[in-house]
Amino acid sequence: MTALVIAEHDNASLKAATLNTVTAAAACGADVHVLVAGENAGAAAQAAAQIAGVAKVPHADGASLKDGLAENLAAQVLALAGNYSHILFPATASGKNAAPRVAAKLDVVQISDITRVVSPDTFERPIYAGNAIATVQSLDAVKVVTVRGTGFDAAAAAGGSAAVETVAAVADSGKSSFVGRELSKSDRPELTAAKIIVSGGRALGSSEKFQEVLTPLADKLGAAIGASRAAVDAGYAANDLQVGQTGKIVAPQLYIACGISGAIQHLAGMKDSKVIVAINKDEEAPIFSVADYGLVADLFVAVPELVKAL
Amino acid sequence: MKVLVPVKRVVDYNVKVRVKSDSTGVDIANVKMSMNPFDEIAVEEAVRLKEKGVVTEVIAVSCDVQQCQETLRTAMAIGADRAILVQTDEELQPLAVAKLLKALVDKEQPGLVILGKQAIDDDANQTGQMLAALADLPQATFANKVEVADGKATVTREVDGGLEAVSITLPAVVTTDLRLNEPRYVTLPNIMKAKKKQLDTVTPADLGVDVAPRLKTWRVSEPPKRGAGVKVPDVAALVDKLRNEAKVI
Repeated sequence: MTALVIAEHDNASLKAATLNTVTAAAACGADVHVLVAGENAGAAAQAAAQIAGVAKVPHADGASLKDGLAENLAAQVLALAGNYSHILFPATASGKNAAPRVAAKLDVVQISDITRVVSPDTFERPIYAGNAIATVQSLDAVKVVTVRGTGFDAAAAAGGSAAVETVAAVADSGKSSFVGRELSKSDRPELTAAKIIVSGGRALGSSEKFQEVLTPLADKLGAAIGASRAAVDAGYAANDLQVGQTGKIVAPQLYIACGISGAIQHLAGMKDSKVIVAINKDEEAPIFSVADYGLVADLFVAVPELVKAL
Repeated sequence: MKVLVPVKRVVDYNVKVRVKSDSTGVDIANVKMSMNPFDEIAVEEAVRLKEKGVVTEVIAVSCDVQQCQETLRTAMAIGADRAILVQTDEELQPLAVAKLLKALVDKEQPGLVILGKQAIDDDANQTGQMLAALADLPQATFANKVEVADGKATVTREVDGGLEAVSITLPAVVTTDLRLNEPRYVTLPNIMKAKKKQLDTVTPADLGVDVAPRLKTWRVSEPPKRGAGVKVPDVAALVDKLRNEAKVI
């Protein structure tokens, strides 16, 4: 059995989610290959070859693969799919975009967001916003899977010495094209990889206050900043900061929820954090039911105080 | 141009589901069911495109049990012109739904298919992409903004690092994210009007699609419980706990 992991990268470097996906692939009991599909992505391919436990790195390089268009990426995976028993994507925006295309073309089911490999064909995955865990078995020959990063440890980024093997890049589908990208610029750690996350809710009241109150705390702790859906919908924070069922799933060492009530959809995104702190002036807020440490207080007073005390 | 809008009937997002004691699934008897919120956004977007004059007809589709008629009536109350129910009592998985939708795309020839990025029950996030692949159409998932002109759609997408825009040639599939729009409230007159709109029922067999499940669910269990911790009286006590008890700072 051989598993193909589709690397998440920006051509220059690999994204951390790739490492967790490699661990999931190895747990399927298969040899692990990592596909790097991009343009001028040699550096990312070299990085993939260093991952511990990776046997081979197919590297497809071409203009069609530059921007990760789902049509082309899926076609590239399909061009290689015949050699593999398992095809695993990180459950990132990019992985979720392309994986179902691959599964549908292979006429196999996709198992989304797995959090555990029970056996090579049986997996655990959360459903209903994580309020239930389903154990599911794929009856198909090829297992197409997306992997929830918080469910698996990261494979060591160094120590491997896989061969990089060039494969032909697919032609452009001609049906979609990349227009542009507006990525949030931040020196902070990536939300899904951060050890500490400071997260804000609707109680912050405005985007100015969101920044003014949470930034000093995040700076002090070297933390990433997250937000509840309510805060994102209200325009206080960018969409890519949303933590929850349909946003980012995070599991940092420490999650500090400030002015977040704790809707089930939000809890779905952060309840696997090691330590949860809730600061909220409503002592009945559901967030306290999952918090290790709850502080019933006005966040506009408590958060600045916390910054001073650290 | 026609738009096809697939909608799913799911447990209402305010309901906290309970796992059945025999671990065969979650208990959805007697719980409130609603249209999947992402699909509601999809219906709203399609109706807005019609109001702008870009689209001529909005067709809502649902694949599931007979009670989905209610969901389709809601879609028509928002403004869909007619509806198709692919009725079955079998469990439908995303691949099967995508195949049913592919058959309807072949029949109706829509210029756009707009649907939710994921359903809030199985959280699969697959159907739109699978449909696009099966019908050989381009896709723009997780849409934050959709503009249609000159046989193309320019779609701004919510991605991990922020936003990205793609241009797709129609016909195409678009899946919606939360910020695409805020669905209107349905009014009583529109609910009444929706009752008179056309709702056709077909079966998977009529469409020639084998919907047999290919993913077997062995058990459904409760997630590990996370107990409530302690309340701390003030910031100093919190810092002390984080430093000396949890040792995370």
